[in-house]
Amino acid sequence: MSPVADSAPVLDALDDCDRRIINALQGDFPLSDEPYREVAATLGLTEADLLARLQHLLDVRTLTRFGPMFQIERMGGRFVLAAIQVPDADFDRIAGIVNALPEVAHNYRREHAWNMWFVLATERPEGIADAIARIETATGLNVAAFPKEREYFVEMKLHA
Amino acid sequence: MPDAIDRELIVATQAGLPLVPRPYDVLAEQLGTDADEVKARLQAMLDSGVIRRIGAVPNHYALGYTANGMSVWDVADERVDALGETIGQLSFVTHCYRRPRRQPDWPYNLFAMVHGHSRIEVEINCAVIRELLGDACRAGDVLYSSRILKKTGLRIGA
Repeated sequence: MSPVADSAPVLDALDDCDRRIINALQGDFPLSDEPYREVAATLGLTEADLLARLQHLLDVRTLTRFGPMFQIERMGGRFVLAAIQVPDADFDRIAGIVNALPEVAHNYRREHAWNMWFVLATERPEGIADAIARIETATGLNVAAFPKEREYFVEMKLHA
Repeated sequence: MPDAIDRELIVATQAGLPLVPRPYDVLAEQLGTDADEVKARLQAMLDSGVIRRIGAVPNHYALGYTANGMSVWDVADERVDALGETIGQLSFVTHCYRRPRRQPDWPYNLFAMVHGHSRIEVEINCAVIRELLGDACRAGDVLYSSRILKKTGLRIGA
């Protein structure tokens, strides 16, 4: 797998049904014996249709994941935003090094001198410093950490 | 706090829920327990906030949100918390945090993510934020993402 191209969505037109599925599945997935059947019924679909469409949306990377979203800090872990300034000519190689760490949950290229911004997610607080040290050693670049001091709002729901 | 079985359940579901008619039965089999216990543990983690929600995580770009701006602001320390609460309530802000400055080249302490279908839309919304921050704000910037390099989410070891 390419280290940097694995998150790119395949350009694929969404139909109304896909949009309704995505909008309906951004929270409150049932904890029942047959949850997909239950959701499918509210959307006027069969369970098999819903499962096939979900699999397709994952395959073409319209959805990056379907499942529980964990707030690991509630079980003693940490999320920390961090950034590095990467020379353009070396960007893909550095992205490959950074992405190879399982602690890197998300990574974005941004238009700024600080052009690589990633989120570290670790099961224990001390895992953050360890991951940063490994990135600095492997890349030779300084990592600036931006740990959150206060969280005012988080709700990542996008209307399809 | 989650126990060892909760942790196994996290490892089993962090990449996604099984796409089969009875997903909790499949997880129960993997964990050597029954579906009722899996459902009860997931519910308990939802109640405690260890799980924010169970659902779909879309790729912004694929849904047409092609302009994704991390807006950052240098806001007076004594006013940033009250203003952060206000900015966080704006309908177009998906995440809002206070973070440390990294002087001299990073004076910003308030971060608000703004997702839009165009840069014009994001710029209009950032102008709304700037207006609300008023004279408490000394400077601001918007860092647009130009590429998703990775978006797997949490991955703890088995």
